[in-house]
Amino acid sequence: MFEESLAEGRSFLHQLDPRVKVVVAFSYAIIVALSSHLLSLIWAGLFVGFLFVLAQLEPRRVLRQVLVANYFILLLVIVLPFTYPGKVLYSVGPLSLTKEGAIYALHIFLKSNLILTCLVLLLSTSSVFTIAHALHHLHVSEKLVQLIFFSFRYVHVIHREYQKLMAAIKLRGFVPRTNLHTYKTYAYLVSSLLIKSYDRSERVYKAMLCRGFKGVFPTYKHFKMQRKDKLFALGAAFYLIFLILWAF
Amino acid sequence: MEIIRLKDIQFAYPGRSPLFRALSFSFSAGERIGIMGPNGAGKTTLLQLMVGLLKPQAGEVIIFGRPRRDENDFYEVRRRIGLLFQDPDDQLFCPTVEEEIAFGLLNLGIPRKQLPGLIKEVLSLVGLEGFEKRVTYKLSGGEKRLVALASVLAMRPEVLLLDEPTGDLDPKNTERLVNILNRLSLSYIVVSHDKNFLEKVTSSILWFENERFLPLNAVHR
Repeated sequence: MFEESLAEGRSFLHQLDPRVKVVVAFSYAIIVALSSHLLSLIWAGLFVGFLFVLAQLEPRRVLRQVLVANYFILLLVIVLPFTYPGKVLYSVGPLSLTKEGAIYALHIFLKSNLILTCLVLLLSTSSVFTIAHALHHLHVSEKLVQLIFFSFRYVHVIHREYQKLMAAIKLRGFVPRTNLHTYKTYAYLVSSLLIKSYDRSERVYKAMLCRGFKGVFPTYKHFKMQRKDKLFALGAAFYLIFLILWAF
Repeated sequence: MEIIRLKDIQFAYPGRSPLFRALSFSFSAGERIGIMGPNGAGKTTLLQLMVGLLKPQAGEVIIFGRPRRDENDFYEVRRRIGLLFQDPDDQLFCPTVEEEIAFGLLNLGIPRKQLPGLIKEVLSLVGLEGFEKRVTYKLSGGEKRLVALASVLAMRPEVLLLDEPTGDLDPKNTERLVNILNRLSLSYIVVSHDKNFLEKVTSSILWFENERFLPLNAVHR
């Protein structure tokens, strides 16, 4: 579930300096999120297509990751056209679909998918540790970087703990139903996970102290900005300026 | 030379009855002792007190001839006394093996240039040549244990504290650990329930119960 399978590869995008990736992905996300013209989103889509070519990943694997997030916006996209005030296009009983609502929903749908795909392509092609290092070098607050890194690292451990507990529960004949017993069992499961992860975090911290940890994350591998990284950064900068001109 | 001395240690976990009321213990350079004891006797607590991960409510912790009280005192201690945790998952947090081993070395301020050589050396010491780029959380239980040991050994401790090191090892890996420990020229304390293993790696085995250390032979048969 939390494997970094997309990070394995040798394409141009995989080898790109992670600092460049973080900065470009962040700027792209902000510009796209704030843009107010549909046409600019088409230009934004062009960039995603370009990244697909550079990443040389199976599009299906990338899109599957993006799809997960679409469950969250699905409800919004369905409800919005019927609840937004505006010119009525179509009426079914008490429901009426408005033109403004439909456009608004389309905006949200396109923007979120463009941003997500761009993030997956740019950031998932590096390991989380590399991204954490890059954030360090970009002078993001140390606490924030550690928070991001450890969340990722221990979500994996907690997930495994959850699977273990769930298996133990099922082995004793538990079948989820809509009753108090089920809710209680889930509550116990969550509380036990919380306590266990707290205990673990304490042990991990102790283990770090044993190896001379003083609050700073020393980075072992340094990246070097190369010609191709600079070229990509320059190209991306021009493109993003162009996107800004269209967006507003 | 006496390395570790615990004097009249009193310790209780918050909200629980005291685990130790007046515990005393001494460990000298060159010794290799095994500690056995019932569950809950405080074996892990004992090891953690020695490196200052837990602080006693009363009594003295004297390490390398100096009383140790606060974090600063123990910073030096932790460099010279390495502790291998019971669960390797607590110890491994870097994505790759080489970064895991580099972590302690970088904390000690060792120049980056020397790291690849040191990492290679310590990996071959534990028999994991070529594991540098492997992803830590995809390793097997036995490999994780050995990587955790390597990350401790890389810091060149003078004393090693091992907390149930064979818990997740199969017979073959246990044998490997026996060979590694016997090849090291280190003093160590091993906590374990595996008498067979202790007999192979230590020169004396103590039974620890109710705050008292007794030779194992005196307790069992």
